[in-house]
Amino acid sequence: MSRAAGTTEAAADQDGPAATGTAHRISRRTPESTGGLVGFGLVTLALATLPWWDAEGALQTTLVTILLYLALAQMWNLLAGFAGLISIGQQMFVGVGVYSLLTIAEDWGVDPYLTVLLAGLVAAALSVPVALFAFRLSGGYFAIGTWVIAEVVRLLVSESDSLAGGDVRSLTRASLGGYSRDARDDITYWLALALAVGATAIVVLALRSRLGLALRAVRDSEQGARGLGVDVTRTRLVVWVVAAFWTGAIGAVVLLSSPSARADSAFSVLRWTALVIFVAVIGGVGSTTGPIIGVLVFWAIDEQLADAETWRFIVLGTVAAVMAILAPRGIYGLVHRWRPVQFFPVRRRLVGRGVGER
Amino acid sequence: MTWVNAVVQGVLLGGLFALFATGLSLAFGIMRFVNLAHGDLAVLAAFLAVSTTAALDVNPFVALLVIVPGFAFGGYVLQRHVFARTMGPDPLPSILVTFGLGVVIQNALLEHYSADSQGLDAGSIETGSVRLTDEIAVGWFPLLTLGVAVAVLVALQLVFSRTRAGRAFRATADDPAVARLMGIDDRRVHARIMAIAFATVAVAGVFLGIRQTFGPADGPAALLFGFEAVVIGGLGSLWGTLVGGMVLGVAQTVGNQVDVQYDVLSGTLYGHLIFLAVLALRPQGLLGRRERA
Repeated sequence: MSRAAGTTEAAADQDGPAATGTAHRISRRTPESTGGLVGFGLVTLALATLPWWDAEGALQTTLVTILLYLALAQMWNLLAGFAGLISIGQQMFVGVGVYSLLTIAEDWGVDPYLTVLLAGLVAAALSVPVALFAFRLSGGYFAIGTWVIAEVVRLLVSESDSLAGGDVRSLTRASLGGYSRDARDDITYWLALALAVGATAIVVLALRSRLGLALRAVRDSEQGARGLGVDVTRTRLVVWVVAAFWTGAIGAVVLLSSPSARADSAFSVLRWTALVIFVAVIGGVGSTTGPIIGVLVFWAIDEQLADAETWRFIVLGTVAAVMAILAPRGIYGLVHRWRPVQFFPVRRRLVGRGVGER
Repeated sequence: MTWVNAVVQGVLLGGLFALFATGLSLAFGIMRFVNLAHGDLAVLAAFLAVSTTAALDVNPFVALLVIVPGFAFGGYVLQRHVFARTMGPDPLPSILVTFGLGVVIQNALLEHYSADSQGLDAGSIETGSVRLTDEIAVGWFPLLTLGVAVAVLVALQLVFSRTRAGRAFRATADDPAVARLMGIDDRRVHARIMAIAFATVAVAGVFLGIRQTFGPADGPAALLFGFEAVVIGGLGSLWGTLVGGMVLGVAQTVGNQVDVQYDVLSGTLYGHLIFLAVLALRPQGLLGRRERA
């Protein structure tokens, strides 16, 4: 990266009195962002203790799905909204997570909860060769290219004898035997919560870092960013691998939270990419708050249409397509236009004497 | 001899893939627009042909007379009033809108026609064939499909090189801003291109429906095959789509032959692998020129 960008970064790191040698300094904190972080922390805490106060467990079961979708939407948003990598192949990493868990935990006998981490590593390892092919395409053709590669992986898993992707498979006593049913439900829920909160944290921390500056520079002008010395391919590759790791781990928890899997369901483009895209788009692509808003809308709509899967896709698909035209930055964008609020401290602003407060 | 037969059948299958690819190639070549609903539109055309043939009691080829103009009109209107609003330097809005459209079409078909497989009956042409040798027979219908694909490409070639509208198409493809200065209404050019793209994909969908049974979920596969044919042939090359379609077709039929003999992988997978190989070794495609900005 260029010296100019590095200097900005250095100033940004001294986010306090040390940098006040001059009249101005760079800050990412806003009154709402402090409130936003406190609120996010409180909600996380409340959700973490849910197993103790939701005795019935009904809310807990629903929340696992919602939290996994939030995690998926944050990762897709990181790729498409910040890195310009519009992937329609994320189902590949969910499916790889599912089959990693089936192989490593069920067939080889490794602890299933430890395997969630390993599933992420398998997905990350796969994502590197995938990038070698997919990164040759850009824009819309990158989108279809990732879709083709996801199809290739799905077909390979379906036709593999050792993975038995054509059959319905599930985790059995062999791998889950050491845990009681209640403990399993609670651990799965906490994993889903950790993945959702972690995904949000990854995006926020990535945007605050040097990588985040590079990403937004590339998004705004790829040539300009190159001119400033940003290694565009490397920057994108880092984000791609991180998103693959996290999506693979999500895939493992998807299997932990559902009774069984088949290659067709584990690699479903509609379930693991289309719905995720709709969530991100409705909430707001390119903002950290967007996916959170989107998943709440998804939850509300899903409550009404849970029995009619086709209608769920028709309604969410229509809403997302209309939003993409009329409100490209989603619900968050509409709120932001009305009142520019920033719930996460990710945007750098110049503050100090003589700088007009926006 | 079975291998030679597989190659011949693959070349003919390439005609169908070329029909899928033409619209994609055209929209990308002229306006950098990628329509992710392309495959679902083809399947929609096939389902509409099912309804038309049932309602009017006609041959699917006659149904084309209604469906193709309908699709062309639909493409024109959609481009004018919807897609045009998503075009710009950022590819995200157009991807989101067309992807959303595809998912909606797919699920609306599922809701209306159910998940059952459907077929189109075109009569005796489906089963008739010409014998080339004792072991190789060429079906009339695959031959017709390839003929139609070639005819569509020749027609497009003539329109592009000989007509006033074609000159406007090429000018807009090269530089929309300058074309506008020359008095060309680029939005109308884009709408016309989309009308042609929709018309060709309607033909492709109905031919797919005559060739094999199909269901509401088959759209994405059609999109991926068309896209692969475009990339294998070379982005933006019209005749490349035919070459790409044939390479893909041969990969699939020969792959199926390998599968029958050795039980390894399905033909579809071999098609995808050929695509990935081209992407890795010759990303500009077989007929494509080196990177144009």
